[in-house]
Amino acid sequence: MPQPTPRHEPNLALHIEDLTVAYNDKPVLWDIDINVPPGVLAAIIGPNGAGKSTLIKAVLGLLKPSAGHIYLHGEPYAKQRRRVGYVPQRSSVDWDFPTTALDVVTMGLYGQLGWLRRPGRAARTKALSALEQVGMADYAERQISQLSGGQQQRVFLARALVQDAQVYFMDEPMAGVDATTERVIIGLLKKLREQGKTVIVVHHDLQTVATYFDFLLLLNVRLIAQGKTSEVYTAENLRAAYGGQIALLQTAQIPQTPPTVAETV
Amino acid sequence: MLEALLTNPSVVVPLVGALVGVASSLVGTFLVLRGSSLLADAISHSVLLGIVLVYLVTGDQYSPFFIAGAAAVGLLTVFLTELLTRSGRVKADAAIGLVYPFLFAIAVVLINVFARNVHIDTDAVLLGEIGFSWLDTVSVGGVEVPNALMTLGAVTLLNALFVGLFYKELKLATFDPGLAAALGFSPVLLYYLLLGLTSVTAVTAFDAVGAVLLVAFIIVPPSAAYLLTDTLWKTLALGVGIAVASSLLGYLAAIWLNVSIGGTMAVCTGVFLVAAFLFGPRYGLVAQRAQRRRQQGENAARTLVVHLYNHESKEEAGRENSVSALRQHLRWDDAKVSQVTAVGREQGLITLGPKRERLFLTDAGRRLAREVWEPWRRE
Ligand SMILES: Nc1ncnc2c1ncn2[C@@H]1O[C@H](COP(=O)(O)OP(=O)(O)O)[C@@H](O)[C@H]1O
Ligand SMILES: [Mg+2]
Repeated sequence: MPQPTPRHEPNLALHIEDLTVAYNDKPVLWDIDINVPPGVLAAIIGPNGAGKSTLIKAVLGLLKPSAGHIYLHGEPYAKQRRRVGYVPQRSSVDWDFPTTALDVVTMGLYGQLGWLRRPGRAARTKALSALEQVGMADYAERQISQLSGGQQQRVFLARALVQDAQVYFMDEPMAGVDATTERVIIGLLKKLREQGKTVIVVHHDLQTVATYFDFLLLLNVRLIAQGKTSEVYTAENLRAAYGGQIALLQTAQIPQTPPTVAETV
Repeated sequence: MLEALLTNPSVVVPLVGALVGVASSLVGTFLVLRGSSLLADAISHSVLLGIVLVYLVTGDQYSPFFIAGAAAVGLLTVFLTELLTRSGRVKADAAIGLVYPFLFAIAVVLINVFARNVHIDTDAVLLGEIGFSWLDTVSVGGVEVPNALMTLGAVTLLNALFVGLFYKELKLATFDPGLAAALGFSPVLLYYLLLGLTSVTAVTAFDAVGAVLLVAFIIVPPSAAYLLTDTLWKTLALGVGIAVASSLLGYLAAIWLNVSIGGTMAVCTGVFLVAAFLFGPRYGLVAQRAQRRRQQGENAARTLVVHLYNHESKEEAGRENSVSALRQHLRWDDAKVSQVTAVGREQGLITLGPKRERLFLTDAGRRLAREVWEPWRRE
């Protein structure tokens, strides 16, 4: 009889221990320990090249770690595929690919369909309603290269929504988008959190991070800090994560002591 | 009756060309979309090594092992290329350029050393002998059927099955390999299957069209189709259509001009590509030119309404909102002034004063000006 593998840290949405990830034997993430409780809206922040995208890819099994383990709600990713949603960096795909917005959103359902089964009418309805949620219903039949950057990003978000996941990973969904798109996206992220889902987002904008997110992971090759925004969003931690680059930012905006978390927007 | 058709060169030859074209453009579409066209080039050359090695080992000119040999060498090409690329010292395209001439050269040397007296000659290797494709036949249920039709028919069917069954998976793996892997579809496996089938197609089509022409069939019809449409299945369908049409037209042209059949077929695919490049409905040069001209016209009309809007409620309105101000302040020449005012009136954006000098905005013109100025209001 096959032994049921024991669940590991089932009360955490994401549990990572001693994770080291390398490209061509050159580690870009060293010995990372992360614990994200369920139901938070978490941001991964850190400078360019800190390994934020690499971390997400390792969680989703796209890169094989050279050490460490990763569990989602107590199970390894391979067992949790259907409960994990993914929004890759927008620049990671070719937007000249001959396909429509609706078709891209439908791709989010391929996992539930499995091999060989074709998306049918139900899939179409689901995809259309996801497009509606991101305010893109009018663009369903548009070729994707005809969309603006913000609209493309919303299509990606709609694709993740149809995955109907428990934990979401999103790589810079708000990079280079217009104000309308940013509002739509942050509204949706908060709605997902209200539904009890865990949303983990690579975020690039230190000005908005404290107002948008209630949990932070500060990363720069190693993990600098993690925890509630109110506890870890400090000048000291940011300086440790960003090093000299912090001088470029408006230091006045960053509190010396933990701020009271303003639930705005 | 059937036998008469199947031994008639003017039926068999274009049919062979069409089968090569359909089989090639089915796999070619995904290679082109993936940005791996060069790999098709590499595979269609290096399968020669597979053919030669299998021939030397079995001494047979028709053997099922050719398929295995070709697939093995095709995948070896890809593997060596990725090995070089992964070393970090050679770029991907350079790696391809290093690997396949090397494998091709080994094949040519082997032919020269061990197989001088075989019908593999260099012309045939590069261009094939589609004109003779009806000569070698096998008996199927008492009917003599050209070998080429049998093997190419089988490969076309195989490729069509692969693309038909795994359409959804291929689409996802080509567009977003990351998500494909995350969802549990193995994009690497699909990619290697695709390259394996490309190798099998190459070896099967080798006798008919040779290494160089085959590349035209794999890359050109899908590239032309890509310029003509915006959905994947139409790209596939148009690619197949262009390949079939090129075979038929190429055959007719070759007979008429008394030149190489394979060559004219390849030229025809090129003609389709150029036509798509020039006259494609959205990405074609002509359409883009027209689009740009329309855009320029629209921008001029917008410049005009914004100018009028800017000044209409101020005291200088009499001076600024006039035809002469367009000449003196906007520095438009007479032709442009009369053209833009004509367009503006046609679209109901402006009206002209009694002396044909003052310019007035209509409500629609005002609305457009506000939209131009404050685009966020539109949402
Ligand atoms: N495919 C790759 N091969 C080799 N090195 C890579 C690859 N992708 C990323 N890197 C390197 O890994 C480091 C982390 O990259 P990444 O995770 O993309 O950072 P971030 O998303 O935080 O900007 C960088 O130094 C980058 O150059
Ligand atoms: Mg990144």
